[in-house]
Amino acid sequence: MKLELRQVTKKFGDFLANDAIDLVVEPGQIHALLGENGAGKSTLMNVLYGLYGADGGEILLDGTPVRFSGPGDAMAAGIGMVHQHFMLVPVFTVAENVVLGHEPTGPFGMIKVDEARKIVKEISDKFGFDVDPDALVGDLPVGVQQRVEIIKALSRSAEILILDEPTAVLTPQETDELMDIMRQLKLSGTSIVFITHKLREVQEVADTIIVIRHGKVVGNALPTASQSELASLMVGRNVDLGVKDRADIDGEVVLEVVNLDLADEEGRILLENLCFTVSSGEILAIAGVQGNGQTELAEVLIGLRKPTAGSIVLHRHDEEGNRRSDDLAGKSVKKFLAAGIGFVPEDRGKDGIVHSFSIAENLVLDQISSPPFSSAGALNIRAIASNASDRVEEFDVRAGSSNAAVGTLSGGNQQKVVVARELSRDLSVLVASQPTRGVDIGSIEFIHSRIIQQRNKGTAVVIVSTELNEVTSLADRIAVMYDGHFVGIVPPDTERHVLGLMMAGVGYEDALAQAGHSPNPSEKAQGGDDV
Amino acid sequence: MSDLNEVQPVQPVSRWSDAFKKMATSQVLTSILAIVVALVLGAILIAAADGDVQRSWGYLFSRPGDFFSALGGSVGSAYSALFQGAVFNISSSYTVGQFFAPLTKTIAYSVPLIFAGLALGMGFRAGLFNIGAQGQIILGATLCGYLGFTLNLPAGIHLVICLLGAFIGGALWGFIPGILKAKTGANEVIVTIMLNSIAIFLLGWLLTLQAFRSPGSNMPVSPRMAPTAQFPHFFGTTIDLGFVLAILAAILVWWIMERSTLGFRIRAVGENPDAARTAGMNVSMSYVWVMIIAGGLAGLAATSQLLSSPAQQLNIDIASTFGFDAITVALLGRSKPLGTVLAGLLFGGLRAGGYLMQSSTGTPIDIILVLQSVIVLLIAAPPLVRAIFRLPDPERERKAEARAHARAAKKEVAAS
Amino acid sequence: MSLMNTQPDLDHELEHEVLRPRSWKMPVALTIFTLVALAGFCLTVDSGVESKVAIVTGNSLIGTINLVLPSFSALLVFTVAMAALAGISWWATATRTVKIGGVRIGSWVGILFGTFFVSAFLLWAVAGRGVALQFTSLLSGALFLSIPLIFGAMAGTVCERVGVINVSIEGQLLAGAFLAAVLGAITQNPWIGLLAAPIAGALIGLLLALFAVRYWVDHIIVGVVLNVLVGGLTSYLFSTVLTRNPDVFAMSVKLPIWKIPILSEIPVLGPVLFAQSVLVYIMYLAVIILQIMLFKSKWGLRLRSCGEHPRAADTVGIKVNRTRVVNTILGGAIAGLGGAYFTLANGLAFGKHMSGGRGYIALAAMILGGWKPKGALVAALLFGFADNLQNSLGVVGVEVPSQFMLMAPYLVTIFAVAGLVGRVHPPAMEGKPYKG
Repeated sequence: MKLELRQVTKKFGDFLANDAIDLVVEPGQIHALLGENGAGKSTLMNVLYGLYGADGGEILLDGTPVRFSGPGDAMAAGIGMVHQHFMLVPVFTVAENVVLGHEPTGPFGMIKVDEARKIVKEISDKFGFDVDPDALVGDLPVGVQQRVEIIKALSRSAEILILDEPTAVLTPQETDELMDIMRQLKLSGTSIVFITHKLREVQEVADTIIVIRHGKVVGNALPTASQSELASLMVGRNVDLGVKDRADIDGEVVLEVVNLDLADEEGRILLENLCFTVSSGEILAIAGVQGNGQTELAEVLIGLRKPTAGSIVLHRHDEEGNRRSDDLAGKSVKKFLAAGIGFVPEDRGKDGIVHSFSIAENLVLDQISSPPFSSAGALNIRAIASNASDRVEEFDVRAGSSNAAVGTLSGGNQQKVVVARELSRDLSVLVASQPTRGVDIGSIEFIHSRIIQQRNKGTAVVIVSTELNEVTSLADRIAVMYDGHFVGIVPPDTERHVLGLMMAGVGYEDALAQAGHSPNPSEKAQGGDDV
Repeated sequence: MSDLNEVQPVQPVSRWSDAFKKMATSQVLTSILAIVVALVLGAILIAAADGDVQRSWGYLFSRPGDFFSALGGSVGSAYSALFQGAVFNISSSYTVGQFFAPLTKTIAYSVPLIFAGLALGMGFRAGLFNIGAQGQIILGATLCGYLGFTLNLPAGIHLVICLLGAFIGGALWGFIPGILKAKTGANEVIVTIMLNSIAIFLLGWLLTLQAFRSPGSNMPVSPRMAPTAQFPHFFGTTIDLGFVLAILAAILVWWIMERSTLGFRIRAVGENPDAARTAGMNVSMSYVWVMIIAGGLAGLAATSQLLSSPAQQLNIDIASTFGFDAITVALLGRSKPLGTVLAGLLFGGLRAGGYLMQSSTGTPIDIILVLQSVIVLLIAAPPLVRAIFRLPDPERERKAEARAHARAAKKEVAAS
Repeated sequence: MSLMNTQPDLDHELEHEVLRPRSWKMPVALTIFTLVALAGFCLTVDSGVESKVAIVTGNSLIGTINLVLPSFSALLVFTVAMAALAGISWWATATRTVKIGGVRIGSWVGILFGTFFVSAFLLWAVAGRGVALQFTSLLSGALFLSIPLIFGAMAGTVCERVGVINVSIEGQLLAGAFLAAVLGAITQNPWIGLLAAPIAGALIGLLLALFAVRYWVDHIIVGVVLNVLVGGLTSYLFSTVLTRNPDVFAMSVKLPIWKIPILSEIPVLGPVLFAQSVLVYIMYLAVIILQIMLFKSKWGLRLRSCGEHPRAADTVGIKVNRTRVVNTILGGAIAGLGGAYFTLANGLAFGKHMSGGRGYIALAAMILGGWKPKGALVAALLFGFADNLQNSLGVVGVEVPSQFMLMAPYLVTIFAVAGLVGRVHPPAMEGKPYKG
């Protein structure tokens, strides 16, 4: 089946998410849709899948124009989609999830469970998925859940499969397996639209590459194109996020984490025996594939989670200049904040800001109980307002007024509010989790420069990031996390390929050795795997 | 009060349509229109139940005049009685006191609604759905009543003790769902609904005990409250200290919510508990404190029932339906103190007028419940009100405005 | 490759099994209750007194069994049995044994213990009384009293499973009771009243769906306010239309009581289960059909997907909001049918606020039952039993403050939601509007 998009346009208000996009999907080919976060890839696919109505243009299947008013229509036409956030009901079994919406039924609308199992089995066996139809989806690892999604699409005899950022949640091994699956699907005649912003993956499987920037198609390329070519197409200009001036690591140790363990209520181990130090004027970046314990580590470092064992020692100078050490493990968030630890949470919308509160109120959210913003339990409205106007100017927060609700700002400006709040205090330690996720490039550069500035003032900085670029451009040392423990702490100029192997759980020495024997030495080359 | 903060900066009105749009999309207008719709529905009910209207309906086409005069007669007399019972008595205006007597009744009925409405509004803003005002009022009444009829104390002190008792009783009943939510995550809606019923049975049982029984009475009522535990009256009217306390409570709640760190925390927890926790706030303890304060305020709602004169008795119906009515009061008042006071007065007025309407025109007071619930449902669904009156959608307007802003900002960036 | 990935997870699962924290709540609670039974029941009866229990078997061959038991000995037997169960619970917790022969120990030990404790309480309560405890009517009355609770809990289950919180069960019961009585009285035909009841409930369900699904109003607000609305409306109409025409509306009609041939001859169970109002048989059907259909049918799967992950449902072409609206109306109709209990099943005319908070107890039963028809049925029966206990004991002349019995369902529910009687999980996205 051949799919054509002609001049597809989608607006959100005045914002042109997709601007007259042309796209042709040939049968049995893998098309990579490459673009940065927010370039409009997912919007385009949601239009194609019938989740959004298009504002212009047309969709043709084998030359006939079609109109999808909902996902049901798209599926009926043979288009399947694996969403970035899985569309699976966790309390249903695999079979139930797969047949949901097109259930094989007997009398009285009873589901024929055997038939549902058979559907799963057949597809699972055909592609070697090894999925148990009776397992509860919520109990399965993400990689397997993704296969369930693929089975779901194939069971509806999808001829065109859209994969939206499928590798974001996968380990490198799972990613390789997915690539194999994609090749197999291609051989069986399925066309695939593969949305990603990772160049390596594109080069590995794609037959053709379409690059999207700011809602427009900016170029088509073949997988033989060089990474730097693709990267500049995607980003539009040469962005140099590299920060050259590395700090000398001779400051005093400020943060000392010793034998830190964390288990959840059910006894699952989330963090295992973490030991590290961060010194004054140093940035320790924590790299790893999402979901390997980084989020939990950041939360432990601000007291949101209590470690099950180990200590978090903060070394500081008191007023008389004497060095004192406090173990903060098990203390409340309030104590952590009071000890001079700043925290930029990973998910600002959830943990960083109160949407309906004004910018001014958000800027004092974690300092409201201390002077000058309040005294004896009463707010000092004037101090809060003047703080707001200072911070808004200093951090270039673009807003009509500091009384505007934070929820009305763009993502980048919201993040600036969070960063401004945390950096407006005297900090011994700054813990920043994904500090630039979902933020425009201008704001990324600004936020990075403020973090560097903070480090140069002598603050010990911990950055948690899944973006290798961010890690290598900011870090003075890199700790790689895998499955709740540190695989190793390595220098910032470590090769990306070595870091990649370590992120898959391979020890530093082995990773170096493997990198040396890599069958494809060109992959070691610089140039941004994951721009 | 707090609403003052929300008033838009005054801008020169360029065109009438602008002014109309602003008015048409305001919350105040939604509220007024909701009340209008409720009154119309109420009128239909009154008419439908009226014998004359029913009869004239039978020969509507031969003599439509009869039908419409019967309709106007029944609805008009009911609503005029409602108004006269709530605001002022037009027909018997001999003295100023008599003229405004209905208004003072309205105020008296509004006091418990204001107290309990403030309590629930505070909970709503903390993200807590406290359905338990009814139980909290009952517990407040129980303690307040017991102190009122057993103790022998000088006038002023006795009153203060009783007020404290009401607060503590309610606060205790608020503390239970608060601490359960904080410690075990128990859903406060369910717990408070259950506690409402438990409170009724608890009071019912207490009233079977000798200690709570009026001596020589077979009825489950307590002895009368001591005269030392009664609110003083103002200017020979039925307005007593209770109303003043309710207004003071409203001001205090406003200050707590808008001007204190506790209120800041409560609002933050209500809007986004995760962000509040990340900002070092103790979310669980905030829940406990809100429920204690709210429970105490609801408990105080019992004082207007018990501490007014003539001397009252504690009985099983002491809380009437104030706790449930207060939900509608808090919703109509949008959980803000000024709004709650106004909504409390409105519903107090409906109640006061409803009694007159019932006695003079035979329209059962139950219709007040219908009016109240329709008002609240409509206020909670502004799009429905707009659809009924074909008003413009403010969301659409706001989005257009935001787009204009975005355009301007983009131009600015481009220019720089 | 895939082996490498899944292996660590398996290890975690194993560790997780081993590390599962032991909860000593159950053995401790059972021990406490055993001691209560010992000190409160066994040791407080006078020696030589007897407990009389009359069991009407409903079987013409067996007739009525009159048990006369020596109170102390009987109580001691029960207490020893309870102690044994407590012992099993201690052993199971200590050895982390969860199941014996495929059955969860927690369940059967709990059920047996509860039965023994209640039996002991009953024997103690009637010890030394001249009048016998009417055991059969205690059970059949309990079943009858739980009709509105069961229908209400079924309504709540359907609505919440599809993602709409239904606090307006109370209003739906009341509306059903009202319309059933009014139409039943006008036509003098209880069957027409029975048809009318679900229509009234469905109308309230429609209002709930309109505001909750269409206008995204907080579901609890809509529910509470609808209860006020129905209470006001029915009371208003009662005071006007109904009281002004007593010749029509004071006349009540009653649904017949059917004795099912053969089944009603089963000793004890027969008269309890199969000599009941027609409404009870409809209730059996409702529970069985819902239990099967919710979990085994296409309708149930789609309904639950809307409550658990509406977006996933949408992406496979299920119209989430339409499903929610339709099933909320269905839920309302089920509760409305339950409303017929108050008027038609009892043969009473309508009275103001005659549902008397049963809707809220139904809500509690649904939660205790873990959002499952089966579980809700058991919880509702327990509440009905507690309610009927005070009637039965009152007949015998036992003076237990009735208020405490009436409080029991509410207290148990609080313990349940506080996690003290096992955790219960609501559908993931209930009460959250789906905005597409």
